[in-house]
Amino acid sequence: MADEIKQQPPANFKVTIDNVTLEVPPGTTILQAARLVGGDVTPPAMCFYTPLKGSGGKCRTCLVEVSKGSEKDPRPMPKLVASCRTTVMDGMEVKSITSERVIAARNSVVEFLLINHPLDCPICDQAGECHLQDLSYEHGKAGTRYEFKRRSFKKHNLGKYIQLHMTRCILCYRCVFTADQLTNKRQHGILDRGDHAEIATYIEKSLDNEFIGNVIDVCPVGALTDKTFRFKNRVWFTKPVDAHRDCPTCCGKVTLWARGPEVLRVTARKDQWGEILPTEDGKTGWICNECRFEKKDEKDWIIDGPMKVARHSVIGANHYEVLDTPKETIDEVMGRAPKLLMDIHSVSEVNDPSLDLSKIEGPATGAVFNHKKMIGEKKD
Amino acid sequence: MSVQLTNRSKPVDRRPMNWVERMYLVNIFKGMAITLKHFFKKKPTIQYPEETRPFSKVFRGLHILNRDEEGRERCTACGLCAVACPAEAITMEAAERQEGEEQLYREEKYAAKYEINMLRCIFCGYCEEACPKDAIYLSQTFTPSNYTRKGFIYKKEDLLIPNPLTDPEGFKKAQGEIQQAKETI
Repeated sequence: MADEIKQQPPANFKVTIDNVTLEVPPGTTILQAARLVGGDVTPPAMCFYTPLKGSGGKCRTCLVEVSKGSEKDPRPMPKLVASCRTTVMDGMEVKSITSERVIAARNSVVEFLLINHPLDCPICDQAGECHLQDLSYEHGKAGTRYEFKRRSFKKHNLGKYIQLHMTRCILCYRCVFTADQLTNKRQHGILDRGDHAEIATYIEKSLDNEFIGNVIDVCPVGALTDKTFRFKNRVWFTKPVDAHRDCPTCCGKVTLWARGPEVLRVTARKDQWGEILPTEDGKTGWICNECRFEKKDEKDWIIDGPMKVARHSVIGANHYEVLDTPKETIDEVMGRAPKLLMDIHSVSEVNDPSLDLSKIEGPATGAVFNHKKMIGEKKD
Repeated sequence: MSVQLTNRSKPVDRRPMNWVERMYLVNIFKGMAITLKHFFKKKPTIQYPEETRPFSKVFRGLHILNRDEEGRERCTACGLCAVACPAEAITMEAAERQEGEEQLYREEKYAAKYEINMLRCIFCGYCEEACPKDAIYLSQTFTPSNYTRKGFIYKKEDLLIPNPLTDPEGFKKAQGEIQQAKETI
């Protein structure tokens, strides 16, 4: 018996996912193995986040069917398993999109996640890069069977940087893990339980650790969004460019979301799974609050080039692969400058050059666009 | 040698004209007869702007921005019309609704500025189709002509329909015949 246990496990486990066989080192989860296969085979994941230790196992969107446990014990697993928390065994056979049970379970999970979701995508700043939006687009139903009132919460103010919309939260715990693992003192967490569970600080407190801004990037839905970007523009109208700066606290490698010269938003760089990319030294590219919220000027950054946008993403609308603007050829063709060109800014009130939205701290109000005094100032 | 496509081609008569033909009287009366015949036909023209043609029910004309029954603007500046627009005619600026503005705007976010460049617009109706908030519709009138290009940049004030609280008849009229027919059923 003792000899058997001491037997060295094979260096790599052979695992078959949707009839694709690959070899992965022991300890790899099914989800990570499926991500190596890529494409439709990869189960969606709302709560699992590779850089965060202990994340996963909460949202149940990554359920897969294990039709053969391992080479030694070929019995199938009786229930669908969460692929983000189940490690592969040698000879394991997994069914993801080839299993009808998995597809049905995924559709049901999406329906559950959307039960309390307000579906206010037209207002939500996350729309266009929201994982729940993608998930429900692929697996969701057009209608809802839920007839009761959706949950609502007392509004919590998390400070001047982070906007909390608790009704959109799916309780994935990613932000809690981020605060635990990135900061030395977590100030927010999940209070209460069941239907009342909510993200909050127990006593009205603002989140002000210098790395706490990363909870915005890890949030798969629009529950935690950037207050300095709030309502300023839609994600798909901004042009994402990769940029870096010499930051003493963080890696300084970011993506700038700009409209013309106005840097409206700064985020960390993300990979195709929506997870923050590691930097050259292998560490996760978390960025500090100063880079994220304070450096809203093109001059603060060294631009590396346009961000690679997935081909079918809405963010790719009107996206250009080169930064250089094409040369104006009207003068050359006509031999003189056009005399009757209308400057759109002389009549249009949209995208006013005299108004720089990146300089406004919070969301713009009607007063900002009408060049009137702010309502808050009037009260004083 | 040219290819003959139909059998209707006639060789051109190149004989010199005789004196009756040179007076052109016959041809003048032939032409006058055609003109006279048209006096008794139904006129295809109408006296615009006193008279207008009936539009089809699915006619896509000048845009309107809708309000709800309480007179609040429906548009929430989600940008879906602008991203759906193939001509890139629609632009907007979003703003946050402040306290005390709840009777003006339906949602937390609203379009502080909303512009449609009617010179760019191709009236395809994609904006209407994309709108998740029932906010934009193409009405059954066409864009009036203008002397300058500046007059074709339609602002939010030009597009919004009358407020039902202050101008119920105007609101009803702006909602169009289709909406009115729906309500009577």
